[in-house]
Amino acid sequence: MYVAVKGGEKAIKNAHKLFAAKRRGNANVPGLTTAQIVEQLSFVVDRVMGEGSLFDRELAAIAIRQAQGDLIEAIFLIRAYRTTLPRFGYSTPIQTDEMLISRRISATFKDLPGGQILGPTFDYSHRLIDFGYDSEEAAEAPEQSELIEASTPRVTDMLGDQGMMEPDPQSAEGEEVGDLTRAPLDFPADRDLRLQNLARGDEGFLLALGYSTQRGYARTHPFAGEIRMGEVEVEFFAEELGFEVPLGKISVTECQMINQFQGSEEAPPQFTRGYGLVFGHAERKAMSMALVDRALRWEELGEELTAPAQDQEFVLSHSDNIQATGFVEHLKLPHYVDFQAELDLIRTMSEEFWAERNDEPTTKMGAAE
Amino acid sequence: MSLAEISTEQDAYNFAYLDEQTKRMIRRAILKGIAIPGYQVPFAAREMPMPYGWGTGGVQVTASILGPDDTLKVIDQGSDDTTNAVAIRNFFAVTSGVEMTMKTSEASVIQTRHRIPEEELTEDQTLIYQVPIPEPLRFLEPRETETRKMHALSEYGLMHVKLYEDIATHGHIATTYAYPVMVEGRYVMDPSPTPKFDNPKMHKNRALQLFGAGREKRIYALPPFTDVVSLDFEDHPFQIQEWPDTCCAMCGAKDVYFDEVILDNEGSRMFVCSDSDYCETRQADGHYGEMHAEYKERIQ
Repeated sequence: MYVAVKGGEKAIKNAHKLFAAKRRGNANVPGLTTAQIVEQLSFVVDRVMGEGSLFDRELAAIAIRQAQGDLIEAIFLIRAYRTTLPRFGYSTPIQTDEMLISRRISATFKDLPGGQILGPTFDYSHRLIDFGYDSEEAAEAPEQSELIEASTPRVTDMLGDQGMMEPDPQSAEGEEVGDLTRAPLDFPADRDLRLQNLARGDEGFLLALGYSTQRGYARTHPFAGEIRMGEVEVEFFAEELGFEVPLGKISVTECQMINQFQGSEEAPPQFTRGYGLVFGHAERKAMSMALVDRALRWEELGEELTAPAQDQEFVLSHSDNIQATGFVEHLKLPHYVDFQAELDLIRTMSEEFWAERNDEPTTKMGAAE
Repeated sequence: MSLAEISTEQDAYNFAYLDEQTKRMIRRAILKGIAIPGYQVPFAAREMPMPYGWGTGGVQVTASILGPDDTLKVIDQGSDDTTNAVAIRNFFAVTSGVEMTMKTSEASVIQTRHRIPEEELTEDQTLIYQVPIPEPLRFLEPRETETRKMHALSEYGLMHVKLYEDIATHGHIATTYAYPVMVEGRYVMDPSPTPKFDNPKMHKNRALQLFGAGREKRIYALPPFTDVVSLDFEDHPFQIQEWPDTCCAMCGAKDVYFDEVILDNEGSRMFVCSDSDYCETRQADGHYGEMHAEYKERIQ
């Protein structure tokens, strides 16, 4: 006899227990500490902070461990937590020219004021698996130069001084910067909101879009004008005190793409820019973001809309991996009411199809009716 | 009774999870939606602790209107015991502590996905729909900038052309759920992916109907007694799904929406009410279908 399906609640509880057991894995293997994740898996921590939109290494590590290394799931945990935090205001803009630089390269100049600083990178390394790596052995202490306290001008500002580079857009006095976590995104979106969206966007999605511009889908002739990574001070203007209070330091990666531009009705021939800024050490993401940012600026520069990377509704509506994963994975939810409705229609249409042909269907489903 | 007494919430979170500022923002959007029936009001949807696409819009609307005295019912596919309904009910049990029910008639707030209860609702009830894609024109025109213009100008020709082309090509309107409706003769609205069987229930319903789309950041509403008309043509009038000669195998109900259940490897099937509370209430009242144990006893 048929009994209506019951026991969803019990099944869910058991599923959660199983999942917790899977998370811990073999209990004879030492458990993972968050300090290990923070110290030894810094790139995943940075990615979770960036796309989770919350700078907190310890919290990111907890989320990564809880999510068993599923980064989108970890990002989701961070986002869901972040949204519950009270807001007491917005910081003043960070000054990346005042950055305490760990790495800074320019592909457009052989040498430049402040120098090329390779810093920690896996560029130029041979991708050979290191079978002899001993995780317990301390790494050889790297040689370090004296700390450079002086500010390092950005490459784009140097070119700008000669009128070769489009100037940084300046917002009007008192103009507020948009925040898509507080107000729904409205199209067309201005560059502030676009950049916010991209900074939180999925690295893989931006990488693919950026790559597509290099392959001719809205070609933007990019050069990596400068990529810099290091620590910047975050400051908050306290009304009560009447001055800026330092809140702490965060590490960021900034990418300034320089794009050759032959001019249009709207703008003179000059170098234009795409901008990328991401939490932590995330060059791939910062570069992709800069490529996509530049592509999205087609209208303002009088270019033609020809490719997906330029289409802001397409890019901004699909960049968020938490939204994307939720909607893709919601297909796992029961849909049998809708499916029943479709089944009914397809049965009717199938019957009509075969009746018109005076023939019989060969599939079992049709035959069963 | 104080909030602390009735709530089992963790200290870290407010009653019904959302902070009061957020609830206020959402209630404003709801009020605007009620003032302009069928109009999609943008709102700053929050990230919720469940995935987008799993009811975050409905959950935010519910959280915003829920009070300590409410009684909540959560259904998915018409049933209280489907996994996601269970998960959402637990969420509100933990964060709000309000009374839960599975009985349609006892609920003051009902959150639903994909169905409207068979039992008629009253003016004391609010029905909250989870909406994945609130824009009825989305699959005809993917751009938000365009669809907003089309709504502003009541330019719905495209939708009628689509329905007409369905008839021309297939002989039927090939939309069976999320079937577009006209609200108060002004806005074409997506009824959420409820089967078109449920569309007539939306028309002049006594309950307040609220729709929340979290990922798409939209809220819309149908105040009680709103005109909701499914789009059709004079020569091709709107029709709901019908199961001629079919009764619920458990409670014997006719004229309800059915789940089709496959019973064995040979593909033999039975039909049962999709609305589990409706079905159980009927069984309790002594109505039995042919698969019900009591029915078999009665036959003997």
